[in-house]
Amino acid sequence: MSHLLVLPVLLPLLAGTLQLFLVHRPSWTLRLVGLAACVALIGLAFSLTAAAAGGEITVYAIGGWPPPLGIVLVLDRLSAFMLLLTALLALPCLVAACGSWDRAGHNFHPLFMFQLAGINGAFLAGDLFNLYVFFEILLIASYCLMLHGGGEARLKAGIVYVVVNLIGSALLLIAVALLYGVTGSLNLADLGRSMPALDSDFAVLARVAAMLLFVVFGLKAAMLPLHFWLPAGYGAAAPPVAALFAIMTKVGAYAILRLSTVVFGAEAGDLAGILQPWLLLAALLTLWLGMIGALGSKGLAELAGFLLIASMGTLLTAFALDDADGLAAGLYYLAQSVPATAALFLLAGLIADRRGERGGDIAPGPALGQSGVLGFAFMLAALALVGLPPLGGFLGKMMLLQSVEGAATGWIFSSLLLTGLLGLIACSRAGVVLFWAEQSEAGEAPALPARHLLPVLVLLGGNIALTVGAGPLVVYGQAAAAQILDPARYHLAVLGEASGGER
Amino acid sequence: MEVIIASTIAILSTAGLFLMLRGRTFEIAIGLVLLSHAANLFVLAMGGVMLGSTPILGQSDGSIYPDPVPQALVLTAIVINFGVTTFVIVLAVRASLRLGTDRVDGTDARDEGGG
Repeated sequence: MSHLLVLPVLLPLLAGTLQLFLVHRPSWTLRLVGLAACVALIGLAFSLTAAAAGGEITVYAIGGWPPPLGIVLVLDRLSAFMLLLTALLALPCLVAACGSWDRAGHNFHPLFMFQLAGINGAFLAGDLFNLYVFFEILLIASYCLMLHGGGEARLKAGIVYVVVNLIGSALLLIAVALLYGVTGSLNLADLGRSMPALDSDFAVLARVAAMLLFVVFGLKAAMLPLHFWLPAGYGAAAPPVAALFAIMTKVGAYAILRLSTVVFGAEAGDLAGILQPWLLLAALLTLWLGMIGALGSKGLAELAGFLLIASMGTLLTAFALDDADGLAAGLYYLAQSVPATAALFLLAGLIADRRGERGGDIAPGPALGQSGVLGFAFMLAALALVGLPPLGGFLGKMMLLQSVEGAATGWIFSSLLLTGLLGLIACSRAGVVLFWAEQSEAGEAPALPARHLLPVLVLLGGNIALTVGAGPLVVYGQAAAAQILDPARYHLAVLGEASGGER
Repeated sequence: MEVIIASTIAILSTAGLFLMLRGRTFEIAIGLVLLSHAANLFVLAMGGVMLGSTPILGQSDGSIYPDPVPQALVLTAIVINFGVTTFVIVLAVRASLRLGTDRVDGTDARDEGGG
């Protein structure tokens, strides 16, 4: 069991390296390695989730150096859940890329693997500096993937994406250094333990560092007002890449959740919960902005980008509630929104391909052909993202609303319900224009190959499966939430018994 | 010594921020380099600034030696920054060749009378 924990990082890294040697071989070898690695990652993630489901927090000290000195990977229910979600998302995205987008440029397959390694590493990292390093790995791979396929739109959006994220990385480094300077440690658990013992001068610096980290991870999570890079960037990226990127914003949200519990959580003394008030405000504004942006979107991929921002708003609202039911609802919402968003990005790519020079514009264009299947898939994805019954988005929002209490109840209720209406209008408008306002007779477009449609249907099927099987997932989510909200157990698992503030 | 390091970081990050607020990719690339230098120096300074100490434990009597962790961290950060800077410069060159302009938003400055 113990060495299994490093494999989610190691396996894609090795597969990617192997693929680098295969780039001049026939492309099916690359695909085979990539698909095999994705399948293996799914198996691995299932076994890790099964191991974490019992509530044990597993710690893997790389190189055998004991924490807090060494580098640790930590697996708890939340990280296992995120690993599983990433693995399940990666396979359909890779299948969607095979045979079309992976030939549009160089080194798609190795970059895809390095991206997965970075994402998995960020979910497992048990100390702040490794979180920074894994963020860099996933970002560097994402820079190249975002530009994959070339073209002016991607270059324009890509430069903005790269520059914004580099500024974020510099700020992250400053925040990491500040926390190290204050506490003398980078281990998340150790940081959490030393927070209450800080004297007031250092506590101010720790507060600054916390806010810097919040800004940086908010940037990755496309939180208002740091969202500007997302719609243009994801809209311009190749569809399978944008679909994989659906999990990237969640890495930012995960990091915010991890920090606000393990480091600045219930045990942090004066610094406890310093992110929460800001988080709720930013989350609700993000939700509004996402849906208003969706209303004004000109293209289908842009619409998907704004719906993604809105789903981040809902998710961060749940994370801001800071109680077990809210977090469980948030985790359920996260699980169902990722496949729906990915499916919508893939679908936007398929539709754009079939409309000639009209592309993905939400404007009357040539007949789609097979608009039955495409329209039905679009409807399912839109229902899930807007949060209407009968799909998972509705269940997630309902559970979230049920768990809301306190002063902000009115704001949260009205925001979630009214933005749902906005999203419904935006999606109806796009659907009506795309599928019903056709200018020419149907039957011109070539038949859609099954392998292009399959990943979309699998992702939507995943969403339906999550709706049908919501019970066990919510139980798991509640267990995970209870575990997250008890940082003392995390500290104990990583560091052992408290030795009474040496610092 | 603290004053020198602190003001160096301040000057570097100010210059970096100023350059990044300009609209051209080359200036932004230079600005990013300066900002990441500032961040690297900051990491190094967080280990504590001390004069007259040996860099590694065991070279002298070993009573005073600086914290080695920030040095290790900054090494990693420098390597990452180096690679990313190269990528940004290549990207900037590609973009200015392809788009015919080096402005970040892709518009041509000549339309607006310089920038």
